[in-house]
Amino acid sequence: MKKTTLMIYKNNPIIGGVYKLYLTGDVSAIHCPGQFVELSVPGQFLRRPFSVCDWDRDGVTVVYRTVGQGTRRLAAMMPGEGIDALVGLGNGFDTSLSGEKPLLIAGGSGVPMMLCLAKQLLAEGKTVTAVLGYRTASDIFLADDIRYLGVDVHLTTEDGSAGVRGTVTDAMEDLDYTYFYTCGPEAMFRAVNGVANTSGQFSLEARMGCGYGACMGCTIETVKGPKRVCKDGPVFTREELLW
Amino acid sequence: MVNTKLSLCGIALDNPVIPASGTFGYGHEFAEYYDINILGSLSTKGATREARFGNPTPRIAECAAGMLNSVGLQNPGVDAVIAEELPRLARVFHKPVLANVCGFSVEEYAENAAKLDKQPQVGWLEINISCPNVHCGGMSFGTDPRLAAEVTRAVKVVTTKPVMMKLTPNVTDIVSVARACEDAGADGVALINTLMGMSIDLRSKRPVLANVTGGVSGPAVKPVALRMVYQVYEAVSIPILGMGGVQSAEDVLEFLLSGATAVEVGAANVADPFACKNIIETLPAAMARYGITDLKDIIGGAHHG
Ligand SMILES: Cc1cc2nc3c(=O)[nH]c(=O)nc-3n(C[C@H](O)[C@H](O)[C@H](O)COP(=O)(O)OP(=O)(O)OC[C@H]3O[C@@H](n4cnc5c(N)ncnc54)[C@H](O)[C@@H]3O)c2cc1C
Ligand SMILES: Cc1cc2nc3c(=O)[nH]c(=O)nc-3n(C[C@H](O)[C@H](O)[C@H](O)COP(=O)(O)O)c2cc1C
Ligand code: FES
Repeated sequence: MKKTTLMIYKNNPIIGGVYKLYLTGDVSAIHCPGQFVELSVPGQFLRRPFSVCDWDRDGVTVVYRTVGQGTRRLAAMMPGEGIDALVGLGNGFDTSLSGEKPLLIAGGSGVPMMLCLAKQLLAEGKTVTAVLGYRTASDIFLADDIRYLGVDVHLTTEDGSAGVRGTVTDAMEDLDYTYFYTCGPEAMFRAVNGVANTSGQFSLEARMGCGYGACMGCTIETVKGPKRVCKDGPVFTREELLW
Repeated sequence: MVNTKLSLCGIALDNPVIPASGTFGYGHEFAEYYDINILGSLSTKGATREARFGNPTPRIAECAAGMLNSVGLQNPGVDAVIAEELPRLARVFHKPVLANVCGFSVEEYAENAAKLDKQPQVGWLEINISCPNVHCGGMSFGTDPRLAAEVTRAVKVVTTKPVMMKLTPNVTDIVSVARACEDAGADGVALINTLMGMSIDLRSKRPVLANVTGGVSGPAVKPVALRMVYQVYEAVSIPILGMGGVQSAEDVLEFLLSGATAVEVGAANVADPFACKNIIETLPAAMARYGITDLKDIIGGAHHG
């Protein structure tokens, strides 16, 4: 973890209510996909956690949905403004366990982190498939960015307006995979756990206080006892979680 | 040159800045980021007899200029604190610490305090009779002067170390509770713990916290905390550990002027892992700015003239 000031380079809507934020500065503390950053939004007491969507030598990309005051204030910030940030939080995904054909499963705010995870798995020479779930066709974001990397992307929408009608598990049935990585709402986790036929990793979200393991705000019960989502996670294996 | 050194119940402090219980873990997370030996001391997470998961999540919420928590004393139990957490802390922090003690009965307070009393690292016992997040115990001891005195006496019997009673602001008259603790032999009082509050999520139209209520802390509570420290200072002659919304060196000076001998920093650590470090580093300049050369000289200064 590193505390640093990042500079807003771009902060643009990509679809209604979803923004892509590119921040430049020292992001050397990010070392693997699945980690997150905490951004201090002016006027808010607590920082806001966001997954790393992508990163390079010069900066980090975050894709966020405006849901409340903090994300709305973030959306109003302009290029050139500085943001006080904690960079490189959390354990991140372990790609060494993926086998040859990993499957990425994501919905909602779980989609962004799949971009850098897909990049990493592809760089390791693996064949990557993804199932991305959305409510409706106009909600779809980042699916093309992930497809262009060379990922076999399957879409689902709840109303059937694009891809398979239903939820991510409706598209998982016929897929052949060696391992899975998933992030999304809790109901999706339960459904994935119900149908998946391999081991896998789940990236959890929790209401956070600190984001670095000090306040015990984000704790979950696991087979190995209480764990902090922010510091011991956010990524946990299927076997560690209590179902 | 300014002097930031003080003494709290006879134990020397390099400076008055102490991370508050529950907001600093057992120190290791912060020791990864900076040398925590710059701190005056630190207060450990409240220890109970049994291991506790705490309350269901969500147990953190935000409010204007502060936060709410309903963590509910998650801790591995006093024996594990002694066997694992304190030795790990000793590797990164070499000064006496405040051991924060909780309990669900007078006997449990005494039992936990007796165990922590034997740890050489423990400088003071900070007895939390004020946690608003646990039912059947906790705060009820701090809301009744008679019970507060009873816990104080029970703990004093089992320890030779200074006993700081940590008081709740969720009372009509905090002064009477502070007096009761002093009369029962307390060596100091620590105040304030969090103020009971709540928050509503407009999207779900339900309370944000699974526990419905939680403790409010952070800058939002500072005026209340300062007022209480000021009132208690008028009424007791034992040292006061002041807290509630401290996030800058100026805040430290305000608490000392109100009557605190040292301060704890809570919610500020949750928002910024370097909060205490920044306060300590900026304290000498803030003192100089207000013409203060020795912190000792300003304790209770707001009461004179
Ligand atoms: C590890 C992690 C990674 C995340 N990654 C992303 C991402 O890549 N893209 C994205 O759009 N969102 C992501 N989120 C969710 C995002 O943090 C929240 O949507 C955001 O904090 C909401 O802030 P707000 O002020 O707009 O909402 P408010 O409801 O006004 O916020 C009030 C408080 O609740 C917290 N909060 C509210 N909703 C959530 C939530 N769903 N999860 C956690 N805390 C919440 C806020 O942080 C704040 O402390 C992630 C959350 C976590 C824990
Ligand atoms: C997340 C969190 C956990 C806390 N846990 C404890 C605890 O275990 N024992 C205790 O005596 N006080 C606990 N407190 C209260 C603080 O120590 C402090 O009294 C209070 O937060 C006021 O200070 P602040 O405004 O600087 O936060 C906790 C506070 C927070 C925010
Ligand atoms: S958010 Fe503070 S411990 Fe996880």
